[in-house]
Amino acid sequence: MSIALHLPALQVVIPLVSAPLAVLVRRADAAFLIVTAASWAAFATAIALWLGTGDGATISYAIGNWQPPWGIEYRVDRLSSFVLLIVSGMAAITLPYSRTSIEREIPHEQHYLFYAMFALCLTGLLGITITGDAFNIFVFLEISSLSSYVLIALGRDRRALMASYQYLVMGTIGATFIVIGIGLLYLMTGTLNLADMAGRLAQVGGTRPVLAALAFLTVGISLKLALYPLHQWLANAYTYAPSAVSAFLAATATKVSIYVLIRFYYSVFGESLVFEKLPLPEIMLLLSLAAMFAASAVAIFQHDLKRLFAYSSVAQIGYITLGLSFDSVTGLTASIVHLFNHAVTKGALFLLIGGAVAAVGGATLSRLSGLARVMPLTSFGIVLGGLSLIGVPGTAGFISKWYLILAALEKGQWWLAIAIVASSLLAVAYVWRFVEVAYFREPSADLATRREAPLGLLVPAWILVSTTLYFGLETSVTVGSAANAAAMLLGIGK
Amino acid sequence: MKHDLILRVAAKLLIPFILLFALYVQFHGDFGPGGGFQAGVIIAAAVIFYALIYGVEAARKAMPDRLVETMLASGVLIYAGVGLMGLVMGGNYLDYFVLDRDPVLGQHRGIFWVEVGVAVTVSGVMLKVFYMFVSRGRDPE
Amino acid sequence: MSIGTHFSYAVTVFLMVAGLFIVIARGNLIKKLVGLAIFQTSVYLLYIVPGKLIGGTAPILDDRFKLYSNPLPHVLILTAIVVGVATLALGLALAVRIREAYDTIEEDDILARDVDDCGADRQGK
Repeated sequence: MSIALHLPALQVVIPLVSAPLAVLVRRADAAFLIVTAASWAAFATAIALWLGTGDGATISYAIGNWQPPWGIEYRVDRLSSFVLLIVSGMAAITLPYSRTSIEREIPHEQHYLFYAMFALCLTGLLGITITGDAFNIFVFLEISSLSSYVLIALGRDRRALMASYQYLVMGTIGATFIVIGIGLLYLMTGTLNLADMAGRLAQVGGTRPVLAALAFLTVGISLKLALYPLHQWLANAYTYAPSAVSAFLAATATKVSIYVLIRFYYSVFGESLVFEKLPLPEIMLLLSLAAMFAASAVAIFQHDLKRLFAYSSVAQIGYITLGLSFDSVTGLTASIVHLFNHAVTKGALFLLIGGAVAAVGGATLSRLSGLARVMPLTSFGIVLGGLSLIGVPGTAGFISKWYLILAALEKGQWWLAIAIVASSLLAVAYVWRFVEVAYFREPSADLATRREAPLGLLVPAWILVSTTLYFGLETSVTVGSAANAAAMLLGIGK
Repeated sequence: MKHDLILRVAAKLLIPFILLFALYVQFHGDFGPGGGFQAGVIIAAAVIFYALIYGVEAARKAMPDRLVETMLASGVLIYAGVGLMGLVMGGNYLDYFVLDRDPVLGQHRGIFWVEVGVAVTVSGVMLKVFYMFVSRGRDPE
Repeated sequence: MSIGTHFSYAVTVFLMVAGLFIVIARGNLIKKLVGLAIFQTSVYLLYIVPGKLIGGTAPILDDRFKLYSNPLPHVLILTAIVVGVATLALGLALAVRIREAYDTIEEDDILARDVDDCGADRQGK
């Protein structure tokens, strides 16, 4: 038996098995070790798969040796391997962080359950990305969603319960819309395999059930990825969840949903139906602009740092969908690069804020005044992350914005380029709010007694901060993968 | 209901048959309607029935929380273990055909253990949910 | 195409809209979950109905039968039912916890208390 052949299955199975093992051992330390080891193994697997698809190969794996399109197929190509890399990498960094961080946030006897839930959430997210079967996407989506509801509800504040409940209602409506869409597609094509479905849709494309399926899938996935008017669940969920959970979900959950959207648009429906026959690009362009401006503007007036960056996430998702709406290689490249860059930046920010929350006891801006005197490393990291959100040259955020502007200019829409720059100015405003509070105010007497966050929190966060800086300068990996994936989706080149 | 003689005697008589029926549903799943999901729920129903008649404490003694939690985890492990056995025997993940020299027998063997896993997990989950909701608002937290 | 020939679709659409309406219009957390369950149930119908052929039997190959129903939708929906049950259980568990934390399960009251909480946060304590 050769391990290399079975990597696609192991990618999902290793985190999956770690969850019940964590429940069985019932001890926080052992559970932590098992789940962290599993996440690292998953990260290693993702790297191997990413290398394996580097030359444009597609790895197909038949679960249970039932050949596709009859059985469930796991399918890894350049796009999915890139997303797998993001998800498993973020888990591998967040888990060591969570050991110190949940100490204060969750009662000790529940720790093993936290790790089990985290492993299930990771399993679900990896499964969504790797599977080539429409219904399997729904199943994994629910695995990751249900476990993330639980993770959010573990927050200390009682508002975490309500945030989780609202997310549950919105998320279930979204997931059910997705199943309705998949059901209609199944009725029209008689297959659930995405690749097979794409082939068969050519005969029935444009009929009313297919259009209805497209509409249901678009709305359902948009709920999950928090596209602008459907983002209501996101702010509370990110604000009141435990720090490690905020960071992991902000970095991965919405990104995987965007991956599903891209997958359905380009690999199943085909771009000619979605982007040429329907006014979808225009709608998406408008919603993205609304997200970029409205959500950034809302972020400026928040009193809680976590909530501020949650709204900034909605705005950043606007950039990603903006790239999609161009329907060009450059636009798609920008979107996919921003998946990665935003995941790393937001992950770093929420990890650092988690450190501040642990010391100060909350993330409201009034409590954080003078933070830079007491916690210089944490504050400086947040500023660097903020610079990446703005898109200052030298940070990862700049790269994505650069490609977005290129894509806009390619289409001759110079006013869009101006809009992108203008919305970045709004980002300057909300990042400045933190700078003003942390650097130009005196710490309160209570805060002055605190110290810098412990190393267990700082090291993972700073790994992500330095990743943000590194990929702002060295772009061959991120932009290379994204451009490859975009070319593959649009059927250009090999 | 603790002192209702008829109910107590009837329950004692019924519960073995409920469990037997669960086993029938479980093992007949190979050839007719049935399987792990249904069997697991029936097993859980028997315990819940016992709890209704004899009280939750008695049920907790018969099926302790620890056992229930172990069940809910080990069922998943049995399922995943069958999948990994497929790998070890030289097939794909969850490949039943390689589990025996005769592929049809291998299929029987594979689905048998998968259904065992499903039954264990489902009854574990059902009981866990029941215990959790019942104990809310009772023990001073 | 009339209501008569597409009866099941009419029922599906009715359940779908009714469920969604309850989720949106009711403020009680439990009633919302009931609506959500009805909404999910409509999807079960959407999948199962087209899989059934009148006169068709379970697809166990036998010379006596020529017409089989499609078994796949049933399997898919069994999974969806399990997911639905899990969602409902989790939703109810959250409702119980919310009741303990807020002493109410009316959304308006809870949101009003949340506003108070946020106000307290802003004052720094």
